[in-house]
Amino acid sequence: MHVNVRLFARLKDIAGTGELARQAPPGATARTVWDTLVNEFAQLRDYEASISVAVNEEYSRMDVAIADGDEIAFLPPVSGG
Amino acid sequence: MNDNRIVMPTASYAVTTDTLNLEALIEAVTSTPPDTAVAAVGPGGITSFVGVVRNENAGRRVLHLEYEGYEPLVLRAFERIGTEAADRWDVRVALHHRLGTLQIGEASVMIAAASPHRADAFAACRYIIERVKQIVPIWKHEFFEGGDVWIEGATADPDDDTARQDAIRVAGG
Repeated sequence: MHVNVRLFARLKDIAGTGELARQAPPGATARTVWDTLVNEFAQLRDYEASISVAVNEEYSRMDVAIADGDEIAFLPPVSGG
Repeated sequence: MNDNRIVMPTASYAVTTDTLNLEALIEAVTSTPPDTAVAAVGPGGITSFVGVVRNENAGRRVLHLEYEGYEPLVLRAFERIGTEAADRWDVRVALHHRLGTLQIGEASVMIAAASPHRADAFAACRYIIERVKQIVPIWKHEFFEGGDVWIEGATADPDDDTARQDAIRVAGG
């Protein structure tokens, strides 16, 4: 299935883009997609313990199953205000 | 005198690259909401918080900031925070955040809270800025003398009750 990945702040800098289209196998979770990205961009591994994930513009969890066409956003620690 | 003025919609929650305007937030928390009960008690006080870009951070001389945000989720997080505040205190709140390039001294965030009682208005305003820093998907890219760095604060988890309790405690309950 196809998923649309969104990356922000330093994650975007590491990947060189804030939007990527990726394939995910049936039964994939957000973590499956993240692991694919880490294989591609090794520096992302630094964020393993500190990222948050949003699926279709709602906060979610890494172990949540994803569906074809989902937007998966990986968020480094936030610093608004 | 002002009979012909155009009444602009006043959003309680906004994320924008435009300059922020505190009057818009005060309008949002004091205008009569459509669902107000006839006997509802009106505001007795309004508190506000304006966060501005500081010229120093961690010993660095800051030149400017660039704010990035995941806008649809920013708005959902704002609504969540506003609901949390209104569930705890007798308040109406507004929360606006700016994105893009901001110079030193410019306002990055504005909060307003209106309540029949000042204690609730002060507490809600403080609570909201703490929650913004905990769970709103916005990032500061700091440009300072000698380089630039993404500022990384809290891992955003709206369901982390420890963080929420911290914000309540800082707000004074």
